[in-house]
This record gives sequence, structure tokens and C-alpha cells, in this order.
Amino acid sequence: MNIIKTLSQNKVAMVGFFVLAIFCLIAAFGPLLYDGSPWKMVQRPFLPPFENSNYLLGTDTLGRDVLAGLIYGTRISLLVGLVSTLIALLIGIPLGAYAGYFGGWVDELLMRFTEIFQTVPSFALAIVIVAIFEPSVYSITSAIAIVSWPPVARLVRGEFMSLRSQEYVLAAKLNGQTHRNIIMREILPNSLSPIIVLASLMVATAILLESSLSFLGLGDPEIMSWGYMIGAAKTVVRQAWWLSFIPGLAIALTVLSLNLLGEGLNEALNPKMSGKREN
Amino acid sequence: MKPLLQVEDLTIRLPKGGDREFAIQKVNYNLMPGEILCVVGESGSGKSMTANAIMGLLPKTIQVDAGTIIFDGVDLASLEERRARELRGNRISMIFQEPMTALNPLMRVADQIGEVFLIHTNMNAKQRDERALALLVDVGLPDPEKMMKAYPHQLSGGQRQRVMIAMALALEPAILIADEPTTALDVTTQAQILKLIKELQEKHNTAVMFITHDFGVVAEIADRVVVMEKGQMVEIGGSDDVLNNPQHEYTKKLIAAVPPLVAPHREALLEVTPVLTVNNLCKTYSTGGGWFSKARVVKAADDVTFTLHRGETLGLVGESGSGKSTVSRCVVRLLDSDSGEILIGEDAIQDLNTAELAPYRKRIQMVFQDPFASLNPRKTIGQIIADGPIAQGMEPAKALAKAAELLDLVELPRAALDRYPHEFSGGQRQRVGIARALAHDPEILVADEAISALDVSVQAQILDLLDTLKVRLNLAILFVVHDLRVAAQVCDRVIVMQKGKVVEMGVTKTVFEAPSHEYTKSLIDSIPGASWRSDLPDHIPQEGQPEKQPAMSSV
Repeated sequence: MNIIKTLSQNKVAMVGFFVLAIFCLIAAFGPLLYDGSPWKMVQRPFLPPFENSNYLLGTDTLGRDVLAGLIYGTRISLLVGLVSTLIALLIGIPLGAYAGYFGGWVDELLMRFTEIFQTVPSFALAIVIVAIFEPSVYSITSAIAIVSWPPVARLVRGEFMSLRSQEYVLAAKLNGQTHRNIIMREILPNSLSPIIVLASLMVATAILLESSLSFLGLGDPEIMSWGYMIGAAKTVVRQAWWLSFIPGLAIALTVLSLNLLGEGLNEALNPKMSGKREN
Repeated sequence: MKPLLQVEDLTIRLPKGGDREFAIQKVNYNLMPGEILCVVGESGSGKSMTANAIMGLLPKTIQVDAGTIIFDGVDLASLEERRARELRGNRISMIFQEPMTALNPLMRVADQIGEVFLIHTNMNAKQRDERALALLVDVGLPDPEKMMKAYPHQLSGGQRQRVMIAMALALEPAILIADEPTTALDVTTQAQILKLIKELQEKHNTAVMFITHDFGVVAEIADRVVVMEKGQMVEIGGSDDVLNNPQHEYTKKLIAAVPPLVAPHREALLEVTPVLTVNNLCKTYSTGGGWFSKARVVKAADDVTFTLHRGETLGLVGESGSGKSTVSRCVVRLLDSDSGEILIGEDAIQDLNTAELAPYRKRIQMVFQDPFASLNPRKTIGQIIADGPIAQGMEPAKALAKAAELLDLVELPRAALDRYPHEFSGGQRQRVGIARALAHDPEILVADEAISALDVSVQAQILDLLDTLKVRLNLAILFVVHDLRVAAQVCDRVIVMQKGKVVEMGVTKTVFEAPSHEYTKSLIDSIPGASWRSDLPDHIPQEGQPEKQPAMSSV
């Protein structure tokens, strides 16, 4: 519980945490409380923000409610970010763990496999994957997961390589513990903190990726997302800048607060590594 | 004579939440010109604090609370940074414990030493090089011209420490502060470095403040001694007085814990049952080497043969790189040997796979060196001890009950079961490590430097415990150790290793009194303070008479 205490004393991280918490609440309850479909044309197009109290953030090029779009977009952004990170962790942790723990040819094989993914620019790969399967929430989430697991595998491998020669791991071997037990119960719990930090930053990257895909028109056509909103407004930036600015701000805020939280987590979990504290 | 440096009532406060309020409290001593003052204490005694305060190396969170450090008429404790910098490295200089990290790995030796002149003098490049070369000759480095161009990684630990000393003495400082300068070195290198420091100190009439935990080193070089305990200065005096006639209880306790350098007479075993036999064990490491370069091959174990008997402690001694740890790890099958035989009882185990090895794991167990790295920080003590038996198929409840009994055996409270390793001190953790090894009821215990990370008073307790357990449980112990004083006290027989080879093997008393191999002789001659405490005091616990022990139902 020490970690939570340290984290709560870090004001910057707490700002990030609260912004994120608000976004999460919006994602969970927003669509239930704010009635109005993001696709329905409700007013004249290009209604500027704060002019009509019914449509606080105005309307877009087709007269759709921007606020509704923003609220529905929060849901999809956070969902894709979280789920794809989760999948990436599920791929990356076991691969990295096996490579780092066993070393030798297992390591060679798994790391060369990882490098295949690392040599291809991740955004291009994501575009290709989404384009092959048709754009849907599922294909986007899997595409993001597939391009973002290699750093996890690398990190976990490094942690395992340094921890596997620790004396408590040797002692477990001498105890006759199985490899599975040693990996799961001796090494993994001790390498969790850098993984948690990395995961928080990965959520931010995933949200950016999702927005970029939607911006290019590769988003799920059924679902309103922040990236799609910017993409749709890109031709009218000079007449109606707010149409790009508002969802852009939402993306920036989410990513920024995730980064602040990740930084805070890093400091709380690895006080020696972050170099902020002098001992 | 006027003292060079006066430390008066120096008090340094620790940040809130530390384990005590003051790092050091009301410390008073003087440093006279041309003397070697040793500051001794165990870890956490605050012995380095004064030195750090003198050099302005205190961390930002720790500040001098009260008191003064007078040097040359100025108070170093309150001196502003700019003026302090002029003194540092110039009038007062320091050498550190870790020669590996104290030198900049990207700078050649010549530049490293030249930098001191660059900062503090107006010498030109040629003069700097000349002086640096003269210094290297002074500190006795072989082939100084070649050394000038060497990078730190090309030097051995002892050579690096010599470079550090050359740098520290470059400007003929009035005071040299040496913070555990020989702790990371092998015993023979340590002897050379101590001799060098003493020689240079006499030659330049430098005052040396020597911080150490090792009373052997104190006996070797000190003129006067300051003893620190938990931030308090408990004793100060001439080295003869303090070492041979200590006044304070703590000093007495510390000195009593230093093992004397005489092997006590030990009864030979009546019946000899071999439990572990190693025949012609070989293990080679090759590092580097690719398509174009030749691999560097190190023979860590070269034709090693020995037998360990039931109820016996066999010492495996040698310096770093002698291969003693490699042998111990091959024996427990943490490392695979290249060739040779390892027999437990009558069965060869060197080629068994993981599954076949499982029944033998119980019979041979290991106690590790580092009490902080050898316990999983995320498990309770109970889990740590019970894990082994559970992995071998014991019911969890029964294994936990056994863990509780084992805690009694290693003299820890049963309440420790539900606590985590970080709540315990180094000595207590090492007891947990021993309990974990004993959880399998092994016949053989391999102790890999099991006490070298501990303070000397704690060392003595752990050694006592091991000795008692050996007798009670009729264990055979393979004791890997670099400290010959310890080896002399606890081992029935010793094996001396050098560069992977066994150079001498025999009954401890014989080996120490009449070593037959040159290397053994040089090892024994290098032990610091050999002339001091070479007689056996009477309070050494006698074998076969375990002290008060809690009752045990079964172990």
C-alpha cells in the first residue's frame, strides 16, 4: 500500500489520474445520461460552440451533435486503448518470459520472431492489417495489439534475464520447483513494476494509433470516434477550426494524463531508477 | 603538535523516517600530521559519515546539524561550495571502495590523473604527463609508460586502486581519506595496497584517515583508532591499547568476534562415510569469440577431486577467480560441468536431467552469499521455507508446521512466519536462508560465502549456528570462503584453489601451520594483522556442546 501512498503525494500524477477518472466516468455513463445519437443530424451544419444551449459544442459539417460524438468517442478510445494493451501484454509477457528465462536457442528464436515485427514500421503494419480485414472495432484492436507487443516482450525478457540469476531464483531451482512455478511465482511478481509503467504508456500510444487509423478513414464505420471526427473535419479546418480542435484536445488530454500517471507510477514503483530522489 | 584536522561535536541528522535520529552524534577527534587514524565500525555505524562531511559528499537530504570540522583555520562543515572545491582533491583527497566504478571508463589513465593537475594547477600538457608518469612509478604499477595509455577496464582491481591512489596523492594532499579502499580486493592484493598506502604516507608525511570494518586491517596499519557504534564514538586511543586492551563493551565484543588466525585442534572423525565425492571435475567458460576473434577461455575448474565426509566441514578457499564458487555450483548442479564425476553417496548425478535429479535435490542444499538477494521479497518467510517441501510433494499445512519448527532451530521467533524479508536484518535473513536449506533434511549443506556479506559480530553468530546444526543434524558442510580467518576456525579440512586448480588439501591445522604450496603461504602471509590475535582465546565455543537450544520434535 506504500505505492498508493507515494503516488497520492505526487500532485502531477494525481492530476493525470483525476482527468483519466473523469474520462472513464464519461465513457461508462455518458452515453446513458446524454441522450442523442452521434450520427443523427440535429441542427444546421457548422453551428459554432456555445451558441445553442441544446448543442453546447455546436454541430459538424452534416449538422451532427459534436458533444454526443465526443462522449461516444471517449468510450471507443478508452476501450480500444485498454483492450489492445491487455492483448499486447498477454502476447508480450509470456514470450519475453520464456526468452529471458530459458535463454539459448529459445531466446534466439523468440527474439528473431519479435524482430520481424519490430523491423516493420508499426503504423504501416497496423494499416495493412486493418485494410486486409475489414475495419471494425475488433480488427482495429487486434491490429494495435499486434504492433505493440514487441516492446513488452523485450522489457520482460530483460527483467527475466537479470532476475533469473538472483539467488532466490537459484534457491527455488535447488528446491526442485518446476520452471512454471519459478516463472510465475518467483520472477514475474518481482518484474511487475516496470511492466505496469510500460502498460500505462502503451494505453496512451494505443489511443493515438486508434485515432490515427480513424483519421485515415480506417475506423469502424459504425462507431463514432475522436479520430474520425478530426478526419471528417480536416477539409473545413479554416471555416470551422473547432471541429478538429475539440476532439484533438480530448485526445491530447487523455494521452497527457496517461503519461503523467505513468511517470508517477514509475517514480513510485522504482524510486531508485527515476533519479528524482536523492538517497 | 598541532592537529591538522579537528572534528568537534559533529552531529549529522538523518531525514525523518530513518532508523535513528542522528547519523552521527557528538563525534570528536583530531587528525595529527603524519598519522594513520582508523575509523572502525560495523555497517550502519556512521563511520563513513564524518569523511563524507569533510569532503562535502553528504547527500542533499542529510545536513550537518551541529559541530565543526576545522581544517587550516576554516570550518569545512559550513564552508561555501566554491571554496570547498579548492580544497578537495588538492589539500584533502579521497579514495573509494569500488575501484571498478571510481574511474571514468572512457578516460585513459594519463588523462584521468592529468585532470587533477588541469583543475588545480597551471601545468601544461607535457608537465602533466611527466607528473602522471612519476606518480604511476611511485605507486608501483608495472610498465608505467604502457599504463599511461590504458583504459580502466584493461587494469585489474588492484591496479585500478593504485591509479586511484596516484590520483589522490597527485597534489601531495595534507590529508588522505580512504573509505574501505581494500574491501573489494583479494587478500594478497589488499596486503600490497595496505603496504603501498603505508609507504607513501611515510614518504610524504600525509595524514591518513582510514575507514574500515576489518580489525585485521586496523592491526596492520593504524596508529590510532576510533570505534563507532550506531553513530556514537565509543572509543578512541592508540592502536595497541584499543586492540589489546579495549575499554568499551562494544569494542570488546567486536574484537572477540574477530576469528583468531590459529586453527584449533579438532578431533579427527572416527568413522569416515563419504557423502559427496567429486572426481576430476572440469568446467571451462568461454566468453566472446566470434567469426574473427578467438574466444577467451577460462578454466574455472580444472581436474578438481575431493571427498566430503559425513559430519565434516570442508573449506574451499581461494581468491576471486580461483573457481571455488564454480565448483560449489557444479556440485549442486546449478551449473553443468564439462567432465568429471559428482557422486552423492554412491550415485553419480552429473548427467541426470531435471526429473531424475529431483530426489537428489533434497540431499544437497545450498546457503547463499547475499542475504538480501537470496530471499524473494514478495513472499513471506513461511512461504519461502515451506516452498521446497511443498515442491517435493509435502502437504502445505505440514510444510508450514515444519517451517515453524525450523525457525526454532535457527533461533528465530515463530512470529516471523507471516512477515516479509525486508523486515529482517542481514543476519536474520541468513538464518532464514539456512532454514530454507534445512527444510529438505539434507545430508550436505553447501555454504557459498554464506557469511561474507555480514558484519563480523553477526558472522560469529551464524558460524556458531552452523557449527551447532552440523553436530545436531550430522551434516556435511562444504564451506566456500575467501576469509582465511574464518576458514581456520570452522573447517576440519581445507582445500586451497588457485585458477581452477586444487593446489593444496589437508587438515586445517596442518595447512595453516605448515603450508606446503607457495600460493597457500602467500595467502596466509597476506592476512592483515596476522601477528595480532594469533593466540587462541578460551571462549571459543567448543564443538559438540551446543548452547541452549529450543526443543525440537523432528527435523
